[in-house]
Amino acid sequence: MIVATIFLQNANFIDACYIVAFSLFIYGMSGLTGPRTAVRGNKIAAIGMAIAIIATLLTPHVLSGSSTPWLMALGLAIGIAVGVPAARNVHMTAMPQMVALFNGVGGGAVAIIAWIEYRHHFATGGSLWVEKSQIPTLFAAIVGSVSFWGSNIAFGKLQEILPGRPIKLPGQVIVNGVLFLICVVSAVVLAAGTHSQALFILGILLAAAVLGNMVVLPIGGADMPVVISLLNAFTGLSAAATGVALNNTALIVAGMIVGASGTILTNLMAKAMNRSVPAIVAGGFGGTIAAPAGGPGAEDRGPVRSTSAQDVAVQLSYARQVVIAPGYGMAVAQAQHAVRELEKALEKKGVTVKFAIHPVAGRMPGHMNVLLAEADVPYDLLREMDEINPEFPRTDVTLVIGANDVTNPAAKNEPGSPIYGMPILEVNASGSVIVLKRSMASGFAGIDNPLFYDPKTAMLFGDAKQSVSDITSEVQSL
Amino acid sequence: MSVITEIAILVLAAFVGFEVISKVPNTLHTPLMSGTNAIHGIVLLGGLLLMHEAHGVLEHALLVIAIAFGTINIVGGFLVTDRMLGMFKRKPDLPHGTDEEGDGK
Repeated sequence: MIVATIFLQNANFIDACYIVAFSLFIYGMSGLTGPRTAVRGNKIAAIGMAIAIIATLLTPHVLSGSSTPWLMALGLAIGIAVGVPAARNVHMTAMPQMVALFNGVGGGAVAIIAWIEYRHHFATGGSLWVEKSQIPTLFAAIVGSVSFWGSNIAFGKLQEILPGRPIKLPGQVIVNGVLFLICVVSAVVLAAGTHSQALFILGILLAAAVLGNMVVLPIGGADMPVVISLLNAFTGLSAAATGVALNNTALIVAGMIVGASGTILTNLMAKAMNRSVPAIVAGGFGGTIAAPAGGPGAEDRGPVRSTSAQDVAVQLSYARQVVIAPGYGMAVAQAQHAVRELEKALEKKGVTVKFAIHPVAGRMPGHMNVLLAEADVPYDLLREMDEINPEFPRTDVTLVIGANDVTNPAAKNEPGSPIYGMPILEVNASGSVIVLKRSMASGFAGIDNPLFYDPKTAMLFGDAKQSVSDITSEVQSL
Repeated sequence: MSVITEIAILVLAAFVGFEVISKVPNTLHTPLMSGTNAIHGIVLLGGLLLMHEAHGVLEHALLVIAIAFGTINIVGGFLVTDRMLGMFKRKPDLPHGTDEEGDGK
């Protein structure tokens, strides 16, 4: 028994456990390259996490002290009590805010741990403030705090507690710059040897908190995919920094993998919007830009043609190929199940149905894919933008459901448009286009969409779920 | 461990991360986000490692919060990812193992 305890508490054994843990993270994540292996990959990563936690608890002295195990158990129990029901009950349409929230608490944990680290060094008069853990701790405190508050604001916006439209404040770029400077200067002063807990709380944690709020508040809903990936990367990097401060390889590797994945996704999303990450962080377009910039004004775009569910059903039923382009509107209307029914009804009539998924459709990377998967749409019907664009000329009817900016031809042929240059789904290349939309209000970006005035386009106004169900029953009765 | 060793691990991990993640298709970007999201909940370890060194009510309370936050992040992240991934199916005629939580309700 004693031998076993000595072995289990051996530093090499514990380090070996950490190595096993991060190997499982990497192996598990590489399973995410395909939907078939992904479920297993996620479970493997979860096993890695369990091993890392057990190894940590085996570390000598970690459980010492009469209250230590109980307090740990309390924290774990609260976490499970909150996390499990949240994860089980969340609607797929609410996934972006759920991810933002989980990301936020991770960032919050990083910031708290950095604070405690600092307090411990502070209590010893700085003599134990090992040089190498200074910078990572300060970095983790700043980034963790930004991530926590930024994610909470993102959650608030997605959950519609806060208005989704950009909230602009005067001189906001300057304020952000000053806040960032306060963080950096405080960090330099602290690292240089000043020991002041007040400075740590005010200059690092608080300034970073305000910065996190200020950075995310002005960002519009349509830019959320970028923001969520960016904050995810931030939390990852701050976790890696905590790992350096605590000499923990599992934390370093895991944090860096998350940092890398967040960075890749952020860049992909920004590229899919043809905008730079700094430009998005500096404040979204739209909201205030009401007038279409350049090109023909809305008044000379011609009339909008509206249609009925019955006409749409006839058009769809006699098509050879129909492409459905979903957007955030489908998520809002919870129309994914109705869309699946329509797809089945059309396939029964011998129509080929494909889905065109724009990389930034929805409020997080891959948002549409998850919603359609929830409604049992086979993932082999989903086509990425580059794959589907050449198919539009061969498509008889394209059904745009609650998507706007990602189908806006102005991005291709109106150099004055704010979204000019953004890659779009070229739906206007298909035989005809039917746009399901609540009203003629412009999209989140606040930009007018010439697609709606195209003579090939017909609009079906109303709630997307109701409209799709109406079309489906018309198709079935034909 | 020396700083240099740790920085070496950091840099190598970044490259491995880029390599692995850049192969993930668009379809799985949401599960990727929530999966990696779960992984950074590993900061929980920091909370566990520091608990026995904590002094006073404030530090203990803060660490309990940090552990709870980390746990929410891990448990919630992995569960929600599992739920999502269970929904991705190929053509319906193929009998594909349905996950116990695949109904998404």
